[in-house]
Amino acid sequence: MKPPRVLLLIPAYNEEAAIARVVGEAREVLGDFPVLVVDDCSRDATVAQAESAGARVLALPCHLGLGGCVQAGYKLAYELGFDEVVRIDGDGQHDPRDIPRLLETLHASDAEMVIGVRDPAQPGFQTSLIRRLGIAFFKLILRPILGRPASDPTSGFVAVSRRALHLFSRTFPLEYPEIEALVVLQRRRFHFEEVPCRMRPRLAGRSSITALKSVYYVVHVLLGVFVNILRRTRI
Amino acid sequence: MERLFLLLALLSLVLILTVLRSLRQERIRVEHSVSWLAGGFVLLSLSLFPGLLGSFADWLGLAGAPLAILLLALVVFVGIFYRQSRAISELKDMNITLTQRLAIVEFELRSRDETGS
Repeated sequence: MKPPRVLLLIPAYNEEAAIARVVGEAREVLGDFPVLVVDDCSRDATVAQAESAGARVLALPCHLGLGGCVQAGYKLAYELGFDEVVRIDGDGQHDPRDIPRLLETLHASDAEMVIGVRDPAQPGFQTSLIRRLGIAFFKLILRPILGRPASDPTSGFVAVSRRALHLFSRTFPLEYPEIEALVVLQRRRFHFEEVPCRMRPRLAGRSSITALKSVYYVVHVLLGVFVNILRRTRI
Repeated sequence: MERLFLLLALLSLVLILTVLRSLRQERIRVEHSVSWLAGGFVLLSLSLFPGLLGSFADWLGLAGAPLAILLLALVVFVGIFYRQSRAISELKDMNITLTQRLAIVEFELRSRDETGS
């Protein structure tokens, strides 16, 4: 049987200080894995840095936000015939050495998506208190909706199958997509699995979700979750 | 009360004329002008036939015509704003799709150039 074609997808926005190291580390660990950086119309040298590190770059002409940026990568991956896509953040928080474990779980299970979640046994870098509270809140909300616990629903470290790629290339939340994406999967009766991973601090920059934005984040995602539940599924 | 109806008529006329002028100058598309023109004509009609407004206020049990004007203006403009929000959302969705498609096409063209095919 032919091995699946896997693409490493890295969404990036103003990540010039970290992106080359993230791409370089991924290539070092994963060998000749194709690496695609989706640049969300950065105002700095992200594109040049990513290309210099050996990544292909899908450059968006307008800033779309994380969801639109990731979806552009999923669309391209689907059209190019990739079987699986692994997504990591462009700030270095995700360790590419965990990627093989995510893919093994994707192959061994019937899940369409595998999420790299913060390992409680070795939590590594801790996020802010506000974010931890937000995560705890959404874990509570999602539990009855998903019919199973989601231990780190905001994680952007995921591996997806071609079925999920097909779905996400058609429908994917625009802003703060991780939590809503779980509901999108659940609505199609797709499954997800979790793999504990050690999270690292950002290599550079700061999170775009400030304390004030956290409130907007919670309201936005909460509304998005319920809209996804109410929406008729078309696929 | 007459002054109120006169003011309403004037404001409605200003609204209608402004929208028509924008249409003439191609600053607003016909489909987006319809709700503004309809709203303007509804308010103008009510100001020209105050009896209608009085009956409407009585029917709703409102204290007077000014309250009825306020209520109607609110309904008309909420309707218009809702239409505008839908139009903006549709445009945003199309914009996202176009942006993604443009980036993908550029990526594919660059790939072809690099491989020389």
